[in-house]
Amino acid sequence: MSGALHLLAHVGGRAIAVSAEAVDSVVDIPAIVPAPRSHPAVRGLAALRSRVVTVIDTWQVLDLPRGDDDARRAIITVIDGHHHAVLVDTLEDVAPLEVEPVPAGLTLGPRWASVVTGSAERDGEPLLVVDLARLVGGIVAAN
Amino acid sequence: MDDLLQEFIAETRETLGALSGEIVAWEADPADRARLDAIFRFVHTVKGSCGFLDLPRLARLSHAAEDVLQSVRSGERVPDPALVNAVLAIIDRIGEIVEAIDAGNALDDSTEDQLLAALQGKPAEAPPQLVTPVSNAPRAPARSIRLSVDLLDRMMNGVSEMVLARNELARRLRDSGDATLETAIDRLSLTVAELRDTVTRTRMQAIESLFSALPRLVRDTAGTLGKRVSLAIDGAEVELDREMIELLRDPLVHIVRNAIDHGIEAPEERRRAGKPEVGRLSIVARQSGNRIIVEIADDGRGIDTARLVGKLARQEPDRAAELNALSERRRLDLVFEPGLSTRDEVTAMSGRGVGMDVVRTNVEQIGGSIRLDNVPGRGLTTTIEVPLTLAILSAVVIETGRARYAVPRQSVEEIVAAGSSAVRIDAVGDALLATVRGRRLPLVRLGDVLGVGDAIGTMLMIVNLPGGTFALGVDHVDDTQELVVKPVAPAVMAAGLYAGQMLPDTGVPLLLLDCAGVAAAAGVSFERVVEAEPEIEEPAPEGTSALLFEALDGQRRVIPLAAVERIEPVPAGSTRAAGGRWWVSARDGVLPLIIDAGKAPGGSDLAMLMLASTEAATGYLVRRALDIVTIHDDLLPSSNPAIAGIVVIEGEPLEVIDPVRLAGGAARAVKRPICLVQGLDGGWADSMLRPMIEAAGYRVAQALAPGEVAAVTLAAGDERATGGNVVWLSRDTATGRPQIDPQALAQALALAPGAGR
Repeated sequence: MSGALHLLAHVGGRAIAVSAEAVDSVVDIPAIVPAPRSHPAVRGLAALRSRVVTVIDTWQVLDLPRGDDDARRAIITVIDGHHHAVLVDTLEDVAPLEVEPVPAGLTLGPRWASVVTGSAERDGEPLLVVDLARLVGGIVAAN
Repeated sequence: MDDLLQEFIAETRETLGALSGEIVAWEADPADRARLDAIFRFVHTVKGSCGFLDLPRLARLSHAAEDVLQSVRSGERVPDPALVNAVLAIIDRIGEIVEAIDAGNALDDSTEDQLLAALQGKPAEAPPQLVTPVSNAPRAPARSIRLSVDLLDRMMNGVSEMVLARNELARRLRDSGDATLETAIDRLSLTVAELRDTVTRTRMQAIESLFSALPRLVRDTAGTLGKRVSLAIDGAEVELDREMIELLRDPLVHIVRNAIDHGIEAPEERRRAGKPEVGRLSIVARQSGNRIIVEIADDGRGIDTARLVGKLARQEPDRAAELNALSERRRLDLVFEPGLSTRDEVTAMSGRGVGMDVVRTNVEQIGGSIRLDNVPGRGLTTTIEVPLTLAILSAVVIETGRARYAVPRQSVEEIVAAGSSAVRIDAVGDALLATVRGRRLPLVRLGDVLGVGDAIGTMLMIVNLPGGTFALGVDHVDDTQELVVKPVAPAVMAAGLYAGQMLPDTGVPLLLLDCAGVAAAAGVSFERVVEAEPEIEEPAPEGTSALLFEALDGQRRVIPLAAVERIEPVPAGSTRAAGGRWWVSARDGVLPLIIDAGKAPGGSDLAMLMLASTEAATGYLVRRALDIVTIHDDLLPSSNPAIAGIVVIEGEPLEVIDPVRLAGGAARAVKRPICLVQGLDGGWADSMLRPMIEAAGYRVAQALAPGEVAAVTLAAGDERATGGNVVWLSRDTATGRPQIDPQALAQALALAPGAGR
């Protein structure tokens, strides 16, 4: 198997992959400080090695059933100079993936459709490739 | 070669900046040889460099200027205004060409011959341009090395990160409790702190680089308008953030131009007004804490607010009523309204495209404020206040809804406890109104705005915004910290409540509140406040004025001010007990005195409050009067009838004396019925009878003064009773002592009016 490196994760029971290039690091974030009245997709702020990151409620962005309030596993990505922590259920692996177009005729729903750039397969399980920049950037654009 | 050229450009720019003040000074005093020499040196250096760098145009200009200046130096020519203007024009042109070389632009040279002709004293076809745009290129301060701005910024960012990393390390260390590392961390802390200071200072620049262009600006502006202005500059050595200096440049230029154009009058008008012909403009910079204050003061005509209002009312007739109701201060603030020009006619200076509204916006954008002090006819002082640096902010850390937030220190005017007696909170319609020492402010509950609770909180922060002031209710105020501010992500910014994020030593991120956003989110609109202001200006007297005093027992008590006529000193030893009550020898003779403790403490000077409600002048003895306070009618109840209630002042519960009770007691004391004791030997009567009789409210007398009538007479033996209700006491036949029938005595005493209270 050959292809670009991708980080494999699960959100709301769905398998996703994000391009490793967009990933700054993978962490368990410490306590989250709320940022009241921010966009609903913002869980709050967290400090990460002397840097403040904005914690993104991935379930809310993707219109999934509300995720675990104690979820701490996150992908750190830098969008427009701001560090964001994108929360996920679990992180599995880093692997090269062959990215293909989303199968024709598959309706992903509006939220997914705006962030998915393609699909792939890993050990027989279908994956959607998510663009973190669109996922985070879409929060404000949709506002 | 390129390096040499860059060096030449930078150097010329630098010298030009320093020189503009010299030229003006030289014009004012053409005999000043030192100034002339400085200018000569400049053109001479330029000429030399030009030959070397092959810049023929610059060489021609500088050569011509050098020749003329040389002839002035040798006394062949006199530096008249025409000559000075011509030299200035040449130097300006040199600056323009240097900028053009730097930018790689071509510059039209068609007018250069005119400039040179003017220099030779020949009348030019077109008058030499007097006002030339002052170059806006950034000027490095004198005697410094040139550093790339980018490099400085990266250094500053690096140090900011280092401060945060140090904080993180210190926190981890605290958690682990490893004492061996502490010394190392302390040293690191110290070094980082020093480094931060140093790097912050590298960003600093003397405000001189901003001020050095002003003499020229003032001279040119005044010259164009036919006015005469003397400029005084002070505090040029004050340092502030390089970025800040750049951001201050435009507002300052605008204010100076305004002062000369609108403020300072033409010479003949000044003469008529009894002022010296030469107007005074003084520009002073000073540092106050981590703020820089720049004052621009002129002695011109000031702002005619009535005309300002009239002009605005003509522009917007709908607002006429509102405008006329404004206070003087608000009227002055109208200067900052967009699209306003106080000038009726257009002058050379008008139409520059920026009004005071832009100036204020620019100043506020950098966290500063601008204030006007107007004395009509005598002048206007504009005060700009800006923070020293943009990157580090002094913030008040507060707590609401179990989370902590930061508020910029500069916008917090005051912090008061919500429960303090100086604060009153009322529900007005759907809003809350806080009255802080008679000042009415809209109250915003931070918890409510953030959606984390609707309690007012224990503390009120009085927050100043450009448009007005409001009270912000928060749960707790923790402390003040100097923190590095970083921008927040757009998704958080969308809340409209935050201005940035910070990371204090605790390692828990802090959101910096944007006070204007908080006020807007709470629906606080300052336009309404402006309209309502005339009412606020004279608030109805709240509560009652009262005198706070120290009573004889050392306790602080309060008495309504209306009950006190005046306060008089009572020298030690001037009180006397006589006839069952106290008297004081005062200015007006001997006056009855009310003493709480029953006995005047001797040895020290006291004071008495002259009570207003008594018929006869009566004093109330106290240790000293302390203060006049305002008490509200909602007093806490008291079981003591002589106390009208309890009021809380500065957190201390104090008794409020009931003046009616006090005076009533005094009146009764004056008219105490007399109990005449006849035919009883003094010792026995004093020890046995007197306490009983006095407790019943009588005054014991052995004999009646003229006009006095005894209410009760106790008589023993064979003496004749003089009147009143007579009680005969029989004598014990064995001892000869009077025998008391307690029942008869009590009955007789109870009969008397006013007794038995």
